Amino acid sequence: MIRLQNIRKVFNAGKPNEFVAIQGVNLTIDAHGVTALKGPSGSGKTTLLSILGCLARPTSGRIMLQDREITSLPERFLTEIRRVTFGFMFQQFNLIKGLTALENVMIPAYPNGEKHASLKKRAMDLLDLLNLADKASSKVEWLSGGEGQRTAIARALINDPAIIIADEPTAHLDTRLSGEFMEIIGQFKKEGKTILIASHDPVVCESDAVDRIVDMRDGKVAPGDVP
Amino acid sequence: MGALNKQRNILDLTLSSLVRRKGKNLALVAVYSFVIFLLASVMFFTHSIKKESSLILQDAPEMTVQRLAAGRQDLIPTHYIDSIRKIRGVQSVAPRLWGYYYDALSGVNFTLMANADLKDRPGEIIIGNGVSWRSGTGKQSTRKNDIIPFKTDDGSVLTLKVKGILPFASELVTADLILLSETDFRKIFSVSGDHVTDLVLQVRNARELPTIAAKIKQMYPDTRQILREEILRTYEAVFDWRGGLIIVVLSGAFFAFIILVWDKATGLSGEEKREIGILKAIGWETSDILLMKFWEGAVLSLSAFFLGTFLAYLHIFLGSSILFEPVLKGWSVLYPHFRLTPSINAYQIATLFFLTVIPYTVATIVPSWRSATIDPDSVMRM
Repeated sequence: MIRLQNIRKVFNAGKPNEFVAIQGVNLTIDAHGVTALKGPSGSGKTTLLSILGCLARPTSGRIMLQDREITSLPERFLTEIRRVTFGFMFQQFNLIKGLTALENVMIPAYPNGEKHASLKKRAMDLLDLLNLADKASSKVEWLSGGEGQRTAIARALINDPAIIIADEPTAHLDTRLSGEFMEIIGQFKKEGKTILIASHDPVVCESDAVDRIVDMRDGKVAPGDVP
Repeated sequence: MGALNKQRNILDLTLSSLVRRKGKNLALVAVYSFVIFLLASVMFFTHSIKKESSLILQDAPEMTVQRLAAGRQDLIPTHYIDSIRKIRGVQSVAPRLWGYYYDALSGVNFTLMANADLKDRPGEIIIGNGVSWRSGTGKQSTRKNDIIPFKTDDGSVLTLKVKGILPFASELVTADLILLSETDFRKIFSVSGDHVTDLVLQVRNARELPTIAAKIKQMYPDTRQILREEILRTYEAVFDWRGGLIIVVLSGAFFAFIILVWDKATGLSGEEKREIGILKAIGWETSDILLMKFWEGAVLSLSAFFLGTFLAYLHIFLGSSILFEPVLKGWSVLYPHFRLTPSINAYQIATLFFLTVIPYTVATIVPSWRSATIDPDSVMRM
């Protein structure tokens, strides 16, 4: 589904503080499964996740999404791919404060031009699915960690993406909530979604839901991982 | 339809965003509205008062002839009338008797004018609205059939009875006016029967006015000719000058507004930048973010514009321009409490719009555009 060929990512290229975050990564992510990028802090998993999710462009190398070369696409097309194909969950949840849980869930779909009433209904259905219907009109800063996490999940699902990308999703959750999160991920997998998670949390990496672990170290995929 | 829904959805989010920063945005709208209120008030006032003056002066004589003595206006002998009437093109010449009377009781000056309707009714007067409020006790309104005492030039007292009060609508020029009979006027000011204050002329063809004026000047070198057009021009200049004076005083407020816009233009808060980053990451295009910021600026500035303009309208046309009254009118000692006829110049409104709403909206978009062009992956490192 996603194929990375010789990906390299350099920050501050040509400057004294030049930093190579990803070096020569070749990787193929299959559809309908859960892949976890595992590695210590600074190993390049978040950067690789950004590249996989079209949030960042590699300095060199090629990205193929369903046999379509997307590396050189203009920003406008990448944005559309990001909106339609991917759903994102961030480490800090990155919900917009001051808005309700419902509004936060609806935001990614606003540019699609869907009718407000039907969009609202879909968002409510998602919140209901994640047992958050009673929190729909609560401002996100009033939600607990677990509720914030589930709001972020609902937001990631609003455009019904084929691929879900989660960066350290359990970093701010306790063991019980982390376990619940992985159960939800298991359900998505059953529904046929492709899930990419960057995490070094054992609850994630040792979960039954995870099909494949990609070990990363120093910006490279650790030897032994088959591309 | 999709495009319309998109606009609606983004506008919906914009309004939610504005509401969650209630305090900041309300303060912004308050300052913004106040600046627009002040500017619009000056514009409405100067425009309406100029219009009002020109409407009133439409009925004024086309030419007034006055006699000068030592550079000051003096009484004009009545025998001038016949010779001026004989000039070709002159339709009529009418003598006028008017002057200023200081009323020691109320401490203000009145304009006294002999009126043809009262010619055969000595002892009676018709007064302006301002006089009715100020004369007598200085507080209570003078009503019909009340008596007003006048001290004549020979030291005696002449009492005149109020037979009518001039309509409110014409108060701008009649506030301090008292109309009386020619006999009473001559008694009060000791003006002999062969002199009048000035002469007013009607001519057959307005184009001949300068020629007729030149002929009168040649015939009577001790006179001056005042044309209606000249008065109109003077009024325009005076009110423009006063309007300008107010603008100079208000420039402080205007500069404060510029600083506000500049502050907005030079940066977004960290929270706003973070939100733009999130929106980009979850699939908003740069143009969607700019659209949202455009709506944000437009909603704020249009609200302030309409509120400020509406308040200015109330202030000028219903509130008797209470803030500017002393500076803009400056009507002798007796300020008329009149209401201007609502008159708005679309060109002025458009100017105000382009000088306030457009710069603010642009100023809001610029920093957002700078933020919206950052890489969406920055949100991963927040």
